[in-house]
Amino acid sequence: MTEAAVLPIAATVSGRSLWADARRRLMRNKAAVASLAVLASITLACLFGPLATGHPYDRVYQDYVRAPSSLAAHPRDDRVVPAAERIAARVRARAEAARIEGDLLRLILTAQRPIDERNLAFFDRSDLFGPARVVERSEEGRRLAIEVPIERRHFLFGTDANGRDLLTRTLVAGRVSLAIGLLATAVAIVIGVLYGAVAGYLGGRTDLLLMRFVDILYSLPFIFFVIMLVVFFGRNFVLMFLAVGAVEWLDMARIVRGQTLSIKRQEYVQAAEALGVPTAGIIRRHVIPNTLGPVVVYMTLLVPKVILLESFLSFLGLGVQEPMTSWGVLISEGARSIQGAAYMLIFPSFFLVATLFALNFIGDGLRDALDPKDR
Amino acid sequence: MLSFVLRRFLSAIPTVFLIVTISFFLIRVAPGGPFDLEQPLEARVMENLRRIYQLDRPLIEQYGLYLAALLRGDFGPSFYFRDFTIAELFARGLPVSMTLGALALGLALITGGALGTVAAFRQNSTIDYAVTGLGAFGLTIPNFVVAPVLQIVFGLMLAWLPVGGWGSPSSLVLPVVTLALPQVAVIARMTRASMIEALRSNHIRTLRSLGLPTSIIARHALRAAALPVVSYLGPAAAALLTGSVVVETIFGLPGVGRYFVEGALNRDYTLVMGTVVLVAVFVLLFNLLVDIAYALIDPRVRHD
Repeated sequence: MTEAAVLPIAATVSGRSLWADARRRLMRNKAAVASLAVLASITLACLFGPLATGHPYDRVYQDYVRAPSSLAAHPRDDRVVPAAERIAARVRARAEAARIEGDLLRLILTAQRPIDERNLAFFDRSDLFGPARVVERSEEGRRLAIEVPIERRHFLFGTDANGRDLLTRTLVAGRVSLAIGLLATAVAIVIGVLYGAVAGYLGGRTDLLLMRFVDILYSLPFIFFVIMLVVFFGRNFVLMFLAVGAVEWLDMARIVRGQTLSIKRQEYVQAAEALGVPTAGIIRRHVIPNTLGPVVVYMTLLVPKVILLESFLSFLGLGVQEPMTSWGVLISEGARSIQGAAYMLIFPSFFLVATLFALNFIGDGLRDALDPKDR
Repeated sequence: MLSFVLRRFLSAIPTVFLIVTISFFLIRVAPGGPFDLEQPLEARVMENLRRIYQLDRPLIEQYGLYLAALLRGDFGPSFYFRDFTIAELFARGLPVSMTLGALALGLALITGGALGTVAAFRQNSTIDYAVTGLGAFGLTIPNFVVAPVLQIVFGLMLAWLPVGGWGSPSSLVLPVVTLALPQVAVIARMTRASMIEALRSNHIRTLRSLGLPTSIIARHALRAAALPVVSYLGPAAAALLTGSVVVETIFGLPGVGRYFVEGALNRDYTLVMGTVVLVAVFVLLFNLLVDIAYALIDPRVRHD
């Protein structure tokens, strides 16, 4: 396609290839361009965002289980003193005269017996405070004035049922979901394109046999097929996506075969045959490149389908395993705790739906842009 | 027509046979077995169990036994749901799943068809964009998000409908809507696309030039535009009528959808085979119905 012959006399007029033309028309489609921008920003956020949120995706904050999403920092001031009093009780002391000064909590601990200062480590172990510092000792160590730094943390999307930061987890989940989509789609395309091109180009009995096989796979219950693959490959992350791709190639094979049937009647293919180019060469050099238009369109529609399929598997508990996560896992967790913590459903759903929307619009835009009837 | 139907039935037999064969050996080579519990059973108990269920015979003999039973219409006993045969499980679950699926399909066909037609008549208007947007929405939101949201809004906040269960007609509303939503989106999309094409065709232009009312034009155009939708409906109907795991799990419905997952996960060999045969029969049946419907809708299609 790209090596379209340029006539020497028209040296000043550069030819427009199908792809350049399609790109131009895609860029005129506002929905598609906006979707490209959305998709790019989501991808970048998922790739680099987890580094910037300040929380590892698997860090558990025991003191912040199901903290609701908010812009303000945790802990709230009214939670600080009760938390400090609880810790003081573990140190076997009473907290008195607690005062919050910015990010510092001043506190006086009193007890019947001398306070073991090693127990002050309980403050550091809590998610609310840093290491405590003793300012003043009196009454033979039965009275301690201490300063405890308050650790302010932000949970923009809140935390999940285990007290992990939902923003980080949503972004990390995005990596997984997008990677699944791309990997499985790549597998589906490789198998589907090769299979369809071979069946369509060879034709005759081979075609009949190959496509009959596809028909039979079509009639197998889809869930059965996927679950069998999961069972075979175990819960291995990468293998599972390959398996999903291995299920999704059927449509692709049909589309490519249909394209190939018309391509093999074209003059350039007949010319190549007449010149004695081997069959494999013709399929690789002439047939497959010319089927790519519909394949690209189908690809953008397949990625969301695979992401949905992965979330469906995760919903059933067959998908990604803890502490790794995907949008499907987060959404099914959110759906379970929708009553108390609706934000746990809303944020991952928003990311998933935005991505799927964007991919669908890009697919539609590409289809319009590559449709020769629609010029 | 009758001979066409007969021929299709005959050609379906080898397909079903192949499907049964492939899935039989696929599930048997899968690691694990139906009696693998977390704590392994005693060797003697295991041996007895395997003998009762004829799992100790050679694989090829089991295959022959299964085929023979299948020909008699016997799906065998379930390995996982003790004391139930597969036929009993299906007899309980299938009416539930089919009721839901048929209602969802009807709802999707009516609303999707109507939306698509309206959008095609007013191409590039606000209504058209609204329908296209709704289509994208219905296709992209997974049903396990739709279902809990519907439960919360209509079941708990407004308290209009029960959140789940099976029995009263009102408990059907939410699952049917959940099931129908993606189908509405697809059907609206397809109807719109093929209606736009049909409205540009010559015979419709003639009708317009005769000054006929829109309702008559729509009827004629729909007939031409229905073909792609009808061919989509075959697999879609088969999928809908055989139940949905997600919807049945979330709404607590006793359908057959969950057997697909439970059967495969628990290596309930007979249950898996039952679901496979069920889906294959539905798919083949509905593809046949689609071909017949084609001939009824489009007089150019002939099956002789």
